[in-house]
Amino acid sequence: MKIGLYPGCSLEGSAREYAESLHAIAPKIGLELKEVEGWNCCGASSAHAVDHLLSLALPAKILAQAEQQNIDELVVPCAACYNRLASAKTEMAAEQKTRDEVVKIMNMPYSGSTTIKNILEVLDHLLTPETVKAFPAFFPYKVACYYGCLLVRPKSVVHAERMEDPVQMDELMKRIGAAPLDWGMKTECCGASFSITRTDIVGKLCGDILEDAVVRGAQAVIVACPMCHSNLDMRRAEIEKVAGKKYDIPVLYITQAIGLALGLTPKQLGLQRHFVPVSLQGKQKNQQNVPAALKAAVA
Amino acid sequence: MLHSEPHEDSFLAGTIRQKTGVSVQRCYQCGKCSAGCPAASEMDIAPSVVLRHLQLQSSEADKHVLGSYSIWLCLTCHTCIARCPMEVDLPKVMDVLRAESLKHKLVHPKAKDIVSFHRSFLGTIRRFGRLWEMGFVADYKLRTGHLMQDIAVAPVMFEKGKLSLIPQFRKKLVSRIFAARGGNI
Repeated sequence: MKIGLYPGCSLEGSAREYAESLHAIAPKIGLELKEVEGWNCCGASSAHAVDHLLSLALPAKILAQAEQQNIDELVVPCAACYNRLASAKTEMAAEQKTRDEVVKIMNMPYSGSTTIKNILEVLDHLLTPETVKAFPAFFPYKVACYYGCLLVRPKSVVHAERMEDPVQMDELMKRIGAAPLDWGMKTECCGASFSITRTDIVGKLCGDILEDAVVRGAQAVIVACPMCHSNLDMRRAEIEKVAGKKYDIPVLYITQAIGLALGLTPKQLGLQRHFVPVSLQGKQKNQQNVPAALKAAVA
Repeated sequence: MLHSEPHEDSFLAGTIRQKTGVSVQRCYQCGKCSAGCPAASEMDIAPSVVLRHLQLQSSEADKHVLGSYSIWLCLTCHTCIARCPMEVDLPKVMDVLRAESLKHKLVHPKAKDIVSFHRSFLGTIRRFGRLWEMGFVADYKLRTGHLMQDIAVAPVMFEKGKLSLIPQFRKKLVSRIFAARGGNI
């Protein structure tokens, strides 16, 4: 599968390991990525809070660049960028007047022809029960799949099938041999951009998320959003301060979990960059240790 | 029907309808938005009460909303609209309220840090085209005076390769957009 890539700013900085793990697994799952040249920031959590047209023009320019570079399909691994790009596209498709205003501001032609995909959609297409048969290892852990807000809401923009109890990530985890748990915080908010301004709120919200995951026996939380990851991982000290207790549970990007099942090393997947140490490893497949559920899945 | 009252235009309810197409009069005060809101416990007026204020169509109620802390505490998580039986798009309403609050200089004193966060974030993008995290946080600290905040996190981020000390200059990527829409920042 050949597809355009909009990495977004986080993947060049605080979420570097998300980019590293994506690029590490790509050639092994048949994914060819072509980065949009000359991309800019999407405006993320700030532009819409201050100026509506700014919040449309920044992502619209990215889409216009993609069109110029003949990119028909674009994967956006950061859930926040994905949401902003999809919002801008939806709004410009709905209102000709808005679209005209945005086109005038950015001074670039825009047709709205690019299909925008999040990471779960792309992985779901590539990691079929058939293709995972060839994986050398599996990821035999109990996991809490955490979707957060931006991959499932709002329904006018993100066409998630089950808004309150999504299962797409859970299905992917099953395919690589993990046991996704039924838990209550899948789509609760982590506090997003309050990471800097109201760290106490982030501490409380993330503490509630980790507590539920831990109580249900999860060995890792799996995410697909740099903001969720930074709040749950880098803000662990604040979380523990609010909760008054320690949490050792690691938080992995979905691409890192898949990378471990592909037999890649922790370093290739950037696991050493996490604040909370990750000791989970992929287990090599052999006749004895393949769990029954995985055998059934790949049968 | 209340929502076609002719005097709506002189109040926030009219501004909101004009900018977003959302009618605040559709809300029947079930309170689901306030029940699901992750930030409600920190707010001075709960989300459903913000809507009630807007329905009243009075300058006093409008001013109260624009000066509230709540509009800046909204995380845009979209839990409210996901559960609203009347599909009142509260996150869109909140975006209009924040812009109006800035315009009329009615920002709640406790929200100054949050406004500074947005200004530092967007200012960094205006200057560099992309978010240079190090420069953004330094700018935020200078704006707010919270110089010691996260002093323990930054060195670890740097050691783990998550912070870059030197920015790339890509201002040209966004200069046109900010020339047109940067006035509010």
